[in-house]
Amino acid sequence: MLTSAHLKYESQKLAMNYFRVALVLFGAQLLMGLIAAIQFVYPSFLYEIFDFSVARMVHINALVVWMLYAMIGAVYYMLPDETGEEAVAIGLGKLAFWVLTAAVAVVVLVFIFIQVGPGNESTIWFINEGREYLEAPRWADIGIVVVVLIFYWNVFATYMKGRKTGIMTVMVADLFALAGLYLCGMFFTDNISMDQYWWWWVIHLWVEATWEVFVGTLAAYGLIKILGAKREIVEMWLWIEVLMLFGSGILGLGHHYFWIGTPEYWWEIGALFSALEPVPLVAMFVHVLYDWGKEQGHKEATSGAHAVNNTPAMGWIAINAFGNFLGAGIWGFFHTLPQVNIYTHGTQFTAAHGHLAFFGAYATILIGMMYLGVQGAYGIKKMTMTFKSKMAIVLITFGVLGMTVALTIAGYEQVLVERADLGGGWDAYFIAQNLPWMLQAQGWRLAMGIVTFVGFVYLAWDLLTIGAVESKQAENMEGAAAAAAAA
Amino acid sequence: MSKKSASVWTSIRFWRRSAAWVTGTATVLLIWLTFDTMGQIGMGSDADLKNGVTKRIPAATVINYHIDYKYDQKRGHEVPVIGEKEDFFGKQWSAQEAAALLHKGKLTEQAKNCMDCHTLLGNGGYYAPDLTKAWLDTKWNDGTMEGITGKSTKEEAMAEFLMHPDKYPTHARMMPDLGITKDEAVALVAFLKHMSAIDTNGFPRNFSQSAKRLAGGTHAH
Repeated sequence: MLTSAHLKYESQKLAMNYFRVALVLFGAQLLMGLIAAIQFVYPSFLYEIFDFSVARMVHINALVVWMLYAMIGAVYYMLPDETGEEAVAIGLGKLAFWVLTAAVAVVVLVFIFIQVGPGNESTIWFINEGREYLEAPRWADIGIVVVVLIFYWNVFATYMKGRKTGIMTVMVADLFALAGLYLCGMFFTDNISMDQYWWWWVIHLWVEATWEVFVGTLAAYGLIKILGAKREIVEMWLWIEVLMLFGSGILGLGHHYFWIGTPEYWWEIGALFSALEPVPLVAMFVHVLYDWGKEQGHKEATSGAHAVNNTPAMGWIAINAFGNFLGAGIWGFFHTLPQVNIYTHGTQFTAAHGHLAFFGAYATILIGMMYLGVQGAYGIKKMTMTFKSKMAIVLITFGVLGMTVALTIAGYEQVLVERADLGGGWDAYFIAQNLPWMLQAQGWRLAMGIVTFVGFVYLAWDLLTIGAVESKQAENMEGAAAAAAAA
Repeated sequence: MSKKSASVWTSIRFWRRSAAWVTGTATVLLIWLTFDTMGQIGMGSDADLKNGVTKRIPAATVINYHIDYKYDQKRGHEVPVIGEKEDFFGKQWSAQEAAALLHKGKLTEQAKNCMDCHTLLGNGGYYAPDLTKAWLDTKWNDGTMEGITGKSTKEEAMAEFLMHPDKYPTHARMMPDLGITKDEAVALVAFLKHMSAIDTNGFPRNFSQSAKRLAGGTHAH
């Protein structure tokens, strides 16, 4: 990840910059998560110095921002590959990268050192907006819109100028929706139901609609790149996925409108469409395994060689296929119906689902794209897993699954005791929080969080070194082959 | 899969058009439903409250009334019931005063980042109790917190707690002192009282039963 020497296009070099910052923010996200997890077990840890609200705010914002960085990086990386053109306004794109990075640094420093402000508009403008996931102060909101417009112009104009592949068509349309939705979260209202209604337009229509289509597009590109999968088949799958993802995800928004003051008809709409949401995730799962098996079979029949030219990236994409279905599909579905959700809404169940879904659906494929970037940057023909790559995959996946299981157990206990038995409320809440099931589960969550963090250390170490190691190996092998030929 | 497909099921063109139509239809439906919902979740007026017209989200002046949460036979769950007039911090608030207070309360809720520990309408962090119906919580209604804070009314006890939460610990997991001023605390209590009057389709379920269940003990220990 430390070089971009073999990349032909400036757009791809810029992509590597985005990946580097994404990796740093990913690490920050995990550190903040560890602090918050410790506070669940030892409530006095950093009390009134760095409270849970602050740790969690930086934890979830670092998550969103590292993913957006990695997404922008992934698009800048595939853009010249797909269109055959350099990004049209690359100078402006580079400037936007530095502006965005400076702004993110300022926002994070304010979050960490100033934390909260007085109850008036100045806090909303300059410190934080206090709206889960969208805490960035308004000046940063406006800055983000400008930066995203520059990014979108680069993608759109380059697409119009170059080859118009199906993958790029979906990407251009999806990014338009993704960027536009951010505007729905940028106003203030005294009416909290109205506030939450539009807040979900950003959060749900991102993570359960536009981001999912984005992932489908990356998987399609990745399969062509890594396996040499046939474009027609990949693009046909992609359109089917878009149909199912938007067909279920857009009105699936209704499952967030059960209890926030909105009318009852959202019960039926939310239940029906969110029950359909796992269907496309099955399709994505089948699609990845189908292409993998098919290309491998072809290759074995013709030359007996391996079809995969980047095993770490392929490993992460395969985990994405499983993780998206398990985390977003299964863990999402089991508390999505209103009959269940009246008890599970706002409990550790949501936290369990959130952890596995963000990891399974997004983190995995974005890490896969980083490995693709490293392969291109070092000009490696066939990249294979190192010991560190394997440790990263095993520890991170095991750690996140472990956290999910622990939080699911905590969720069960909270639902049975706090909600079903005691009906909610202050005392009901703390009775549930004090029971051994909750305490043990939070202990295991912390332990598994540490496992995940160790996995991240391996991942970062691997991403920084694998390029140099493998390109040197390839050189040695070529040298040996040449020597053998000469002899 | 050449341009001339053997079957419609392997035709990229067919799937592309289907994707566009399905996405378009879903989007149009969502926008249409949004218009209807906007009409229903707009804030009611002071006149509605005076005339007994029920709104999903009542006017800010709801702070001048007694609020209860009762089982509704027809709807099959609990709903907020707005009762007789009652003073809030010892007075009745005009429509302008109440609106200004709610505005400050909502701003303070965001400025102090309440949502990253508490949940509001069930959304937010899960580190502290849900505040959706906090105004109606047994903890504030059975005299416990009034006794602990040494205040004579519920709203004064709430405001005192918000200003100095570290002085009144009720659990090892304590709320930090967020530098909330007296004005901000009063506004926050108004915000909480207003939120408790929002019709949340019965969420949290059996909320008003918690007092009885807790008094009778639980087998959960």
